[in-house]
Amino acid sequence: MENSASGTCTSTALHVETELLVCSDASHNITLHNLPQGQRPTMGSAGCWLYRQLPTPFQPGVEMERFADEADVVIVGGGPAGLSAAIRLKQLAKEQEKELRVCLVEKASQIGAHTLSGACLEPSALNELFPDWKERGAPLNTPVTEDLFSILTEKHRIPVPMLPGLPMNNHGNYIVRLGHFVHWLGEQAEELGVEIYPGYAAAEVLFHEDGSVKGIATNDVGIAKDGSPKDVFERGMELHAKVTLFGEGCHGHLAKQLYRQFNLRENCEPQTYAIGLKELWVIDEKKWRPGRVEHSVGWPLNRNTYGGSFLYHLNEGEPLVALGFVVGLDYTNPYLSPFREFQRWKHHPFVAKTLEGGTRIAYGARALNEGGYQCLPKVTFPGGMLIGCSPGFMNVPKIKGTHTAMKSGMLAAEAIFPKVTAEDPASETAGLHIPEYEDNLKKSWIWKELYAVRNIRPSFHNYFGLYGGMVYTGVFYWILRGKEPWTLKHAGLDSAQLKPAKECTPIEYPKPDGKLSFDLLSSVALSGTNHEGDQPPHLTLKDDSIPVANNLAIYDGPEQRFCPAGVYEYVPLETGEGMRLQINAQNCVHCKTCDIKDPSQNINWVVPEGSGGPAYNGL
Amino acid sequence: MSRVLVGVKRVIDYAVKIRVKPDHSGVVTDGVKHSMNPFCEIAVEEAVKLKEKKLIKEVVAVSCGPTQVTETIRTALAMGCDRGIHVEVSGKDYEAMGPLQISKIFAALAKKEEASLIILGKQAIDDDCNQTGQMTAALLDWPQGTFASEVTIDGEKVKVVREIDGGLETIKISMPAVLTADLRLNTPRYATLPNIMKAKKKKIANMKPADLGVDMVSRVEVLRVDEPPTRLAGVKVETVDDLVAKLRANGTI
Repeated sequence: MENSASGTCTSTALHVETELLVCSDASHNITLHNLPQGQRPTMGSAGCWLYRQLPTPFQPGVEMERFADEADVVIVGGGPAGLSAAIRLKQLAKEQEKELRVCLVEKASQIGAHTLSGACLEPSALNELFPDWKERGAPLNTPVTEDLFSILTEKHRIPVPMLPGLPMNNHGNYIVRLGHFVHWLGEQAEELGVEIYPGYAAAEVLFHEDGSVKGIATNDVGIAKDGSPKDVFERGMELHAKVTLFGEGCHGHLAKQLYRQFNLRENCEPQTYAIGLKELWVIDEKKWRPGRVEHSVGWPLNRNTYGGSFLYHLNEGEPLVALGFVVGLDYTNPYLSPFREFQRWKHHPFVAKTLEGGTRIAYGARALNEGGYQCLPKVTFPGGMLIGCSPGFMNVPKIKGTHTAMKSGMLAAEAIFPKVTAEDPASETAGLHIPEYEDNLKKSWIWKELYAVRNIRPSFHNYFGLYGGMVYTGVFYWILRGKEPWTLKHAGLDSAQLKPAKECTPIEYPKPDGKLSFDLLSSVALSGTNHEGDQPPHLTLKDDSIPVANNLAIYDGPEQRFCPAGVYEYVPLETGEGMRLQINAQNCVHCKTCDIKDPSQNINWVVPEGSGGPAYNGL
Repeated sequence: MSRVLVGVKRVIDYAVKIRVKPDHSGVVTDGVKHSMNPFCEIAVEEAVKLKEKKLIKEVVAVSCGPTQVTETIRTALAMGCDRGIHVEVSGKDYEAMGPLQISKIFAALAKKEEASLIILGKQAIDDDCNQTGQMTAALLDWPQGTFASEVTIDGEKVKVVREIDGGLETIKISMPAVLTADLRLNTPRYATLPNIMKAKKKKIANMKPADLGVDMVSRVEVLRVDEPPTRLAGVKVETVDDLVAKLRANGTI
């Protein structure tokens, strides 16, 4: 039952699969605080969280009603897509003199704190959104002046000419610190009247009786590690809207639910991903070349592992470079550690000469989409739509996704505006279904771009790996512009690509030297990540016997290596023989790689209490 | 019934890695994550608790600094304060601002607002001065209950249990008084979203130190800021003899 105006609201019958919250402490005592009546607890032998209850069930003596509020549009995620959508909606409202309440929730403590990207921004979408972006002070301070591409071998470098027409050519683009750009977008949005709430995570999708999306609820706060409510326990708040936009970025946790709920992925391939790790360095002024863009492929990855590096010289006063390494998550060797590949790449003579004498000042990591055209799901459903990297509009060979994410947000706003301001929306469902968004996407330059490059990434799946892919790109993209009539397929789920450990050779990584390369924990400290310690771990397991039985036994625990924050560790059991999985949830940088790459697909990333996570500054 | 002033300071978040500016004049603050000083959160919580027990009538949150501190005042309002006061200080004055200036501002505000209690955090996590509460009490000639781990109001008197080196000390002081909050005083509540939305409607008054008759000139000049020396890695030894030999070798014994 609920009030349609804002006020308190009791939980409605929900169509979402609810998952059970149980835990045990080290002495195997089960705490039953959160169990619904009649449910048998399942013992977690490792003391791991089994999975998180959505929604938190009724508890005697604790106030369980949720405060609810109404907006016209609610946006989940304060990144380029979410903010562009919010801005466009308010611009249209101003033009047409209509009132529109737009609320945006963002799990980071401030807009931009969870943003991480290279990044070379193509200003196409920004020019459409704010033709006067320069006067407004958008932080695009570094036009690209030099564009280098190399194939690296262990000691040498083979330069590759960056011909115009190649997807990676950056003429006309800007090197930006995306976190700062997103922060600026946030300021523009607030000026236009968007209500922005950083520090509040959307934890749950709410549904009407007819199954359409009603809005979201923010996470409950003040739950102790064992699941019991603390003194400061308070239920999250419900934000209802006519239409809800989900812009959670790559591999969003609410999007995962929505795919299942509305069957959005029935006609597309499963999404494929990569992990990107990044650092910011202050270098010796003599080595600084502002505006220079460097990309490389090859060493230290073998030809069958997709990935490469970037190094951009920023021009913002200090001699700052942004550099990083991307590894495709379809890699097959469970001994591979993307973090350590990144650290050892920095020792290549061509890279080391730029970094020598410099100081590292920031570190972070994030998963990114690589699937492109073949992996685009349906993006509209009753009551909502998906925007940005969540459905995945990244142009992989260009290694740019910001311009398409922004454009998708703008197209969503343009499709929504007439519907939410109409007197009678004439919708079949309580939450508005606006398929015009998807039609507009298909007519836009996003679609053309993604279609043209659709075969480049999958072309790497051949015996010659990287080299086959480059030949394909040269012939079919550079010459034929992607007009070939066939569409290549990806290899399938990234999590299914790992070979068992016994079939692979462990990789000998060099020890970090503390000057160019560093250990994992000091890197994580630089991300500024932190979470309230006394809360249930947000990295949940569906079955807590699987890590040791499957991940460790067959794949030698790849999560110890692919997590860029040291969250997962296999430690010996205190009593007797054997190992257990220790989850250091406080270290998490919200990259989502574990949820993607876990070969057992047993790890389920859910959102922790809002304002936890990294504190990136201009990454 | 009485009015309480609570001081809240916007500081760099405790989990962030601090970086010294290239010119060694201070630390980098641009774009860095800031939050309310943890001890100030405890102070706000205590004030709000007193109001909920109906022992005091109104809680006023005060912060000194540039425009960004209004976010911190907003958080205090969301936790339950009734209104806010933003004392605008920016630029060089803000960089040089220290406990002396703040305590003068609080003393002036206490008189203006006819406050009967000032509750502050015991210290800020950026400068660790632990002076503002004590200086404010001295300027006002009020009693002080510092390092409070328990506060009980009893008519016109306040019983304060203080955490001191030797253990716990209980004192009884008359109001008006200054209290500073220590870690174990309470667990601050979350500033939840509905409260943040309601807080947007609460008033934050704006004023300058000059309006209160306070001069911001600092008697302290920061000459240079440096990072602490990097800790050298330790060396593992196998036997006690090895340990003694190494200690002899580097001159320790």
